[in-house]
Amino acid sequence: MKRIISLNTRNLETSKKDGGCGECQTSCQSACKTSCGVANQKCEKSAK
Amino acid sequence: MVHLFKRLGYNVAVDTASASVHVLDDVAYEAVSLYGKTEREEIKSALKERFGVSDAEAEDCLSDIDSLVAEGKLFSEDKFRPDVDALAKRSPVVKALCLHVAHTCNLDCEYCFASQGKYHGERALMSFEVGKRAIDFLIENSGSRHNLEVDFFGGEPLMNFGVVKQIVAYAREREAECGKHFRFTLTTNGMLVDDDVIEFSNREMDNVVMSLDGRKEVNDRFRKTVGGVGSFDVIVPKFRKFAAARGEREYYIRGTFTHLNPDFMKDIDVMLDLGFDRLSMEPVVAPQDSPYALTEEDKAVIEEQYELLAERMIKREEEGRPFVFYHYMLDLEHGPCIYKRISGCGSGTEYMAVTPTGELYPCHQFVGEKEFLMGNVFDGISENGEKVRADFKRCNAYSKPECDECWARLYCSGGCAANAWHATGDVNGVYAYGCDLFRCRMECAIAVKAAEAVRGDAE
Repeated sequence: MKRIISLNTRNLETSKKDGGCGECQTSCQSACKTSCGVANQKCEKSAK
Repeated sequence: MVHLFKRLGYNVAVDTASASVHVLDDVAYEAVSLYGKTEREEIKSALKERFGVSDAEAEDCLSDIDSLVAEGKLFSEDKFRPDVDALAKRSPVVKALCLHVAHTCNLDCEYCFASQGKYHGERALMSFEVGKRAIDFLIENSGSRHNLEVDFFGGEPLMNFGVVKQIVAYAREREAECGKHFRFTLTTNGMLVDDDVIEFSNREMDNVVMSLDGRKEVNDRFRKTVGGVGSFDVIVPKFRKFAAARGEREYYIRGTFTHLNPDFMKDIDVMLDLGFDRLSMEPVVAPQDSPYALTEEDKAVIEEQYELLAERMIKREEEGRPFVFYHYMLDLEHGPCIYKRISGCGSGTEYMAVTPTGELYPCHQFVGEKEFLMGNVFDGISENGEKVRADFKRCNAYSKPECDECWARLYCSGGCAANAWHATGDVNGVYAYGCDLFRCRMECAIAVKAAEAVRGDAE
């Protein structure tokens, strides 16, 4: 595409099937503690 | 829903439901903004008139947009609402605890949401017996989860460092037999950091969060001893040594900004000048009538700071001196699945706070608020705790009408329950001020990603 750069992003529809394992970090357990953001969390499905 | 915005000279389109992100030139930006609202020929005429493009070029641009729509990457339909019910029906699993090992502090920070570590109660230290039981409680309630998280929090956790060491040793002992892996975090004000703390933390702590507000006068305004002496000169040398010793291990310098320093980039710059490269800076949590609570007038200043921060990140990346800002660490390609994006931080369900006596609360920000008491680590979740858990299970990206209209709902999962409760008296309410700041942060974070993509080093 000449005028559009699409960033590589995770397919959320597919993640319905391959997600939900719950192994990822609890968002407030890091440098936050006073707000809620999840988009900066890594998927850790393989981290078993 | 498609959200279009301009930040740092980049035109960006975010498709809410698919979380797709596109960087657009001016022609495509205009085309997307008109797409679906105006007849195709009218859009082409507008593009030709405004940008001087040919008919073929305008058609090419619209064809590219057609393709993205067909691929479900623009104007996609949000089909995830029914998945909320599936999430609510899942059996409860606890995977993270915030252990309040010390409800006391060697600093007396006026803005502390923990009321100088006491959380509206008595000063207290957690015994090893309570900590050990908390580890057992976590293992027993964690189902099939492998990775379990424990944050040593306070007050100041290093005022009870001996018990921290005992709890870690006990958890490590149990890891193999239970098939679990513990990840520990230490959140400290730095006053008691010494070689022993550094050596132990580098061996056992996955992450260390060091509290520093930036400029000396800003830090020392709030972060001072009971005797009124500022902490900056004591903690900065300790934090520098600690951060350097962390090597590749994770750490964050975490600051709080208030109405008295909404120009927090000056504080970020001080942190950078001190050599720190993993930073977090959070808006204060304070009653609206306090002199340091953020005001509507502060908002424009804060938004400007978030832009300056994004610019600073891009510039330093290009200079080979990158740094990390916690809220800008978007992982677009390998980030959270839809279930995480809907359900958020897990407070009151997957995540709980434990007081020095073993009481359970939905998270550290609710500790001491008796209506949210969920039971204790010895007897488990109480009858009231089950009600609290049910309320928190309902907090998600689709539980609030305001979120239906928000492009960022799958970036924040409906926001922080504690912020909502403080602002509205309802954990399922909306802290609108926080939402405004959050959307600004996300736009800036995405703009940093746009810069990477244009530069050609994205993912």
